[in-house]
Amino acid sequence: MGTTRKSFRPRGRTAAVALAAIAAMGASLLAGCSSDSDTAGSGASGSGNGNGGGKTTLTVGTFGVFGYKQAGLYDEYQKLHPNITIKENVIERNDTYYPQLLTHLAAGSGLSDIQAIEVGNINEVVTTQAAKFEDLSKASGVEKSNFLDWKWAQATTADNKTIGLGTDIGPMAICYRTDLFKKAGLPTDRTKVGALWAGDWQKYIDAGKTYKQNAPAGTTFTDSAAGLYQAVSNSYSERYYDSSGKVIYKTSPGVKTAWNLAMEAATGGLTGKLKLFDKAWDQAFANAKFAALPCPAWMLGYIQEKAGDAGKGKWDVAAAPKSANWGGAFIGVPSAGKNKAEAVKLAAWLTAPEQQAKVFAKQASFPSAVGAYDLPAVKDAKHAYFNNAPIGEIFAAAAKGIPTLVIGPKDQQIYTAITDVGILQVEQQGKTPAQGWSAAEKEIDNALDQ
Amino acid sequence: MASDLTAAPTASPDKGGAAPRDHAEQARRDRDERRRKWRSRFYRWDVKGSPYAFVSPFFLFFAAFGLFPLIYTAWNSFYRVELTNLDAREFVGWHNYTRLLQDEFFWNALKNTFTIGLISTVPQLLMALGLAHLLNYKLRGSTFFRVAMLVPYATSVAAATLVFTLMFGTDYGMINWALEHIGFSHHIDWRAGTWSSQIAVSSIVIWRWTGYNTLIYLAAMQAVPPDLYESAALDGASRWQQFRHVTVPMLRPTILFTVVVSTIGATQLFGEPYLFGGTGGEKGGSAHQFQTLGLYLYEQGWTNYHLGRASAIAWAMFLLLLLIAAVNGLLARWLRKSQ
Repeated sequence: MGTTRKSFRPRGRTAAVALAAIAAMGASLLAGCSSDSDTAGSGASGSGNGNGGGKTTLTVGTFGVFGYKQAGLYDEYQKLHPNITIKENVIERNDTYYPQLLTHLAAGSGLSDIQAIEVGNINEVVTTQAAKFEDLSKASGVEKSNFLDWKWAQATTADNKTIGLGTDIGPMAICYRTDLFKKAGLPTDRTKVGALWAGDWQKYIDAGKTYKQNAPAGTTFTDSAAGLYQAVSNSYSERYYDSSGKVIYKTSPGVKTAWNLAMEAATGGLTGKLKLFDKAWDQAFANAKFAALPCPAWMLGYIQEKAGDAGKGKWDVAAAPKSANWGGAFIGVPSAGKNKAEAVKLAAWLTAPEQQAKVFAKQASFPSAVGAYDLPAVKDAKHAYFNNAPIGEIFAAAAKGIPTLVIGPKDQQIYTAITDVGILQVEQQGKTPAQGWSAAEKEIDNALDQ
Repeated sequence: MASDLTAAPTASPDKGGAAPRDHAEQARRDRDERRRKWRSRFYRWDVKGSPYAFVSPFFLFFAAFGLFPLIYTAWNSFYRVELTNLDAREFVGWHNYTRLLQDEFFWNALKNTFTIGLISTVPQLLMALGLAHLLNYKLRGSTFFRVAMLVPYATSVAAATLVFTLMFGTDYGMINWALEHIGFSHHIDWRAGTWSSQIAVSSIVIWRWTGYNTLIYLAAMQAVPPDLYESAALDGASRWQQFRHVTVPMLRPTILFTVVVSTIGATQLFGEPYLFGGTGGEKGGSAHQFQTLGLYLYEQGWTNYHLGRASAIAWAMFLLLLLIAAVNGLLARWLRKSQ
């Protein structure tokens, strides 16, 4: 028996984890190798113009759905440039994608020719990684005037080096269910609904209170205090940092106003106490558990997917009380790439107004290129699922009013601490707003202090 | 050297060389001599070197993916360094370690790791022991039951946790639905509460690992000499008494082994609470109510990008595991002595 016992090796969790780690490393090594060998043969064409022999493979690293492939942009570009092949490396979530991008930048290898950067990370990349990206401001085909000023500024360093070109932005509107609004005695026409709260988020809360008085059983006015907080805080130009880079979240009027409104909604029973992007949030869409929520353009697709066929025609889109941006991204060209010149050309082409309009038509990711707003694909866009709402018109109007938001290096950590710790403790654990705020402060101190 | 060897055959007579016979004879002898020398040298190398060559893959992999990260982590833990900018580092000595002593998030994670470890390991091993005892009876289709035991273990953490997360859902979860049927009108928000969330996480761990431990116990039980049971039965011991006085004492070393493995697993618990937490799972709930050490390490390193601090936590965990191993070693020795 002694021998049988000894022959057992602790091949438990540790072994499984080790195996998984080795497999993952192996996979990433292989991935690295394959992309190297793809580009190795065509390294000579890295100088730019096709050298006649062999194809250049350009890789595009993104998180989530950027819509380039879906809108057929890669195919189109390959047709225009027969010597180019484009491959997309997609990682589902930015919280997996971004740390990987950082380590690849540090190592100077494993990078795609074009790398996407989320708006929440753009400041950190601009301040700490600018030396590792190509300056795109003077590349041919790139027109500064094509982009929204604030979008351009976010990816530009103090010495005027632009390391990322804007892809989409997230102008916000309010998505609401006409059926629930009707039952609660609120107007259902989108212009009347927009007029209910025009200019002031407080009026949005007041509409929520009206809703609550006659609310259909089992429903709440909005999904979460966190979504409301996000929408309100983003309609200010300063949030967590001031323009000199100082952390000001404890005193900034934007955060204070947004927090107070979120607390009013949370403690007043106007929210469904849900956590954004959670399973329960998805289920609440499917079961029509709440009537309205602030929705950036990219969220329309999400709502459509989660609410399903049952919600078709019942959803509509109205203007938000104030203009604000939520989300969006950039694409940049890492200097360690082998096909920089070709990559810059592709990046310029992908972010040109015509292409952004095509992505919008397919994916509802709203263009950051102002030039695209007057193209028919944007201007006349209507969304069948959302009761044929003229989404191009609504979001373009919202986009033009968005303030130049100051973004700092740790914006995401501060935001998550306030929403996922502070607000959730109040909503889900019954803590007081003061307790929630101090918990969020502690969390932020811990995250900011290296 | 190699060219010498390949050149030799061209001079050989069987190629129809015109060289005189004795000359060819001499060349052949030289060649044989050379070959013999080469061969014996090769054998010596083979005997001495081959074992190293055979074991080297593991050690090369270990050096690359085990030792190097360990040392690099230790080195990083003495610096103030961010993942976002690895080139900017400032030496801070033991600061990252000493600050852990005052870090309430660290202590909270340590406490959670301990409580979740306890409420997952103890029931899991007790259930495994009971199940192994049942499976040790003569059963129809015993292979089926034994294989079935291993199914949860073969399921991926991600898949299992996804299902459990749905089951523990507040409004549409199966568990709350079942509770409602037996008279609980209030829906439990499993993830929001401290105990409820820890129980939920533990239940995933228990579900996944009970079968694995059951099979280990079963294997050990089958090695218990049957005559012990026979004589116990002759003395009039019931099944339960046999289990208590024969099976359990005989299984003691095996139980100790499973305790060690489960404890190590519990200390490193990551996947279940991470996925149970949904988006931003590394926080382990809004009040960090089920944040384990593994999650805190991940949060510091990959969400807040404090590589130095994360490295210090990693080493603290490593030292903790060494401590656990030492305690287990002492326990094992004490058990052996007491037998």
